[in-house]
Amino acid sequence: METLMAYIVGAMFAAAVYMMLRRSIVKLVIGLMLLSNAANLLIFTVAGMRQGAPPLVPEGAEVPASAVADPLPQALILTAIVIAFGVLAFSVVLIHRAYEVVGTDDLDRMKDTDT
Amino acid sequence: MSLAVAPILVPLLFGALSLALWRYRIAQRVLGLVGTLTLLAVSIRLLQVVHAEGMVVLHMGGWAAPLGITLAVDMLGAIMVVLTGITGLAIALFSMGDTPERHEHFGYYPLMHLLLAGVAGSFVTGDIFNLYVWFEVMLIASFALLTLGGERAQMEGAIKYVTLNLFSSAIFLSAVGILYGLLGTLNMADIAQKIDQVENTALINVVAVMFMVAFGIKASAFPLFFWLPASYHTPLVGVSALFAGLLTKVGVYALFRMFTIVFDHDVAYTHEILIWVAGLTMLSGVLGAAAQYEFRRILSFHIVSQIGYMILGLALYTPLAIIGGVFYIMHHIIVKTTLFLVSGVTYRIAGTHELKDLGGFFRSRPMLSVLFLIPAFSLAGMPPLSGFFAKFIVIRAGVEAEAWGVTAVALLVGLLTLYSMTKIWAEVFWKAAPETESGEPAGQGSTVGLGWMYTAIGGLAACTLFIGLNGEPIYALAETAAEQLLNPDRYIQTVLEARP
Repeated sequence: METLMAYIVGAMFAAAVYMMLRRSIVKLVIGLMLLSNAANLLIFTVAGMRQGAPPLVPEGAEVPASAVADPLPQALILTAIVIAFGVLAFSVVLIHRAYEVVGTDDLDRMKDTDT
Repeated sequence: MSLAVAPILVPLLFGALSLALWRYRIAQRVLGLVGTLTLLAVSIRLLQVVHAEGMVVLHMGGWAAPLGITLAVDMLGAIMVVLTGITGLAIALFSMGDTPERHEHFGYYPLMHLLLAGVAGSFVTGDIFNLYVWFEVMLIASFALLTLGGERAQMEGAIKYVTLNLFSSAIFLSAVGILYGLLGTLNMADIAQKIDQVENTALINVVAVMFMVAFGIKASAFPLFFWLPASYHTPLVGVSALFAGLLTKVGVYALFRMFTIVFDHDVAYTHEILIWVAGLTMLSGVLGAAAQYEFRRILSFHIVSQIGYMILGLALYTPLAIIGGVFYIMHHIIVKTTLFLVSGVTYRIAGTHELKDLGGFFRSRPMLSVLFLIPAFSLAGMPPLSGFFAKFIVIRAGVEAEAWGVTAVALLVGLLTLYSMTKIWAEVFWKAAPETESGEPAGQGSTVGLGWMYTAIGGLAACTLFIGLNGEPIYALAETAAEQLLNPDRYIQTVLEARP
């Protein structure tokens, strides 16, 4: 399972970078979305995956009966998803405004501030 | 309530108040002033306490380290929070005179408070994931401030700024994830303790370099700085000055924090990379500036080159070098903010940032010329201003460490900085004002609110004079900060043993 996930994460990072290197600003934002999801999936994978062992303490006990899944990575991912959602919502509005103001969706024509 | 959380709570509270008073411009302006003044007051108090006790540690929610989120303020953090307060106050004063009504209607002040909260949060936290969250708070506020106004250049600059900063956040997040997978902890002190027990140094080095890239983008280090000169000259001057003073320095702070306390396992490898980065950052920034003829773009490139000096302080990794780095950060935040604010006044009066269209300010505004000369000479490293001592300490550390190549670069870059500053001086202040078609001097803008702007600039210029003429107590603060950074054991012990 871990091996498969590793390949998926790698593929997502590669796809994200590829999309970000395209000239269209829409593809740029798609790249950013893939990138944040790839990072989340990476946290999920490296923190260790365990099936069928929810982190619950039985009633009356102080500690869980056996080894359980680590709930913290999921909390981290949840936080990261919320942040990524907000930031990406902003980026979508930004590219829309940029398209309106600059009049093109081609990154190669947005060089006014570079020189 | 512990003092450690105050630098976050104060701006958040005033930000919320400004949001509630969305329609009342005057109230928002007053809240801007009062809020930043309060932030400065609590941060100075925090510095006093840290100076007396060594460190202030707070376990949020009463969960002892390493389980809960820990706020841990050491000397470096406290110094940075005070600088945040000073910059915030200067920007609030400047904004009283310079922010157009339209921007105030779109939430300039709430965003400014939110940005300060994010910056202060990054400086006080002792938890690596929490650091990521504060980075994002800071970023989202900076995105909105950068695009406030919606002009073409701002949009183009913002796309580059947003993309590269989000990319850096993704790398940061991935590195945090891998670190958690390795060590099972997020508390910086706990990470620092456990990282020494990991036998696989190569894997730790990979994570270290990921952090280096992520923070390098934020700090605008070579070769990751191109987003900065593409965007910093586009927003309102007050916003550029705030960004110039604080945002990149958060990246530098994070580098200082991670590469002293946490990643001190393989200094020969990590800090060797940093030395190269430092030298190339200094050189490419200053050469970029030499080719520019727009006031704020010159200053933006100089941010890049100055970042090199700070990273050099970290990279040499001797006690004196770290002192130099910390001293440099203090000096740089104040001086850079001042210079951007001066560009705001010349823009207000002449209506342009292009050097060729500016001129005659020495004749018409001698006071402003003096206020420009002080930070400009300070930036270039003229004695007795703050920049001289900052450069002197770093270069002396370089000589003592026998890092001849990078020290030579540092000296050369100092000279080129002087060239850039004299270029601005000659073009903006010294030469006669360019003739316009009507024969009148170009664009005599409104002088309403200039008093506020001069107050902000004057106050900051006084700070750089104070650091220069009264360097010893400031040096002592930097010395304490460096000592704490180079003794991670004490940091680890203080954080892990503090009572919730």
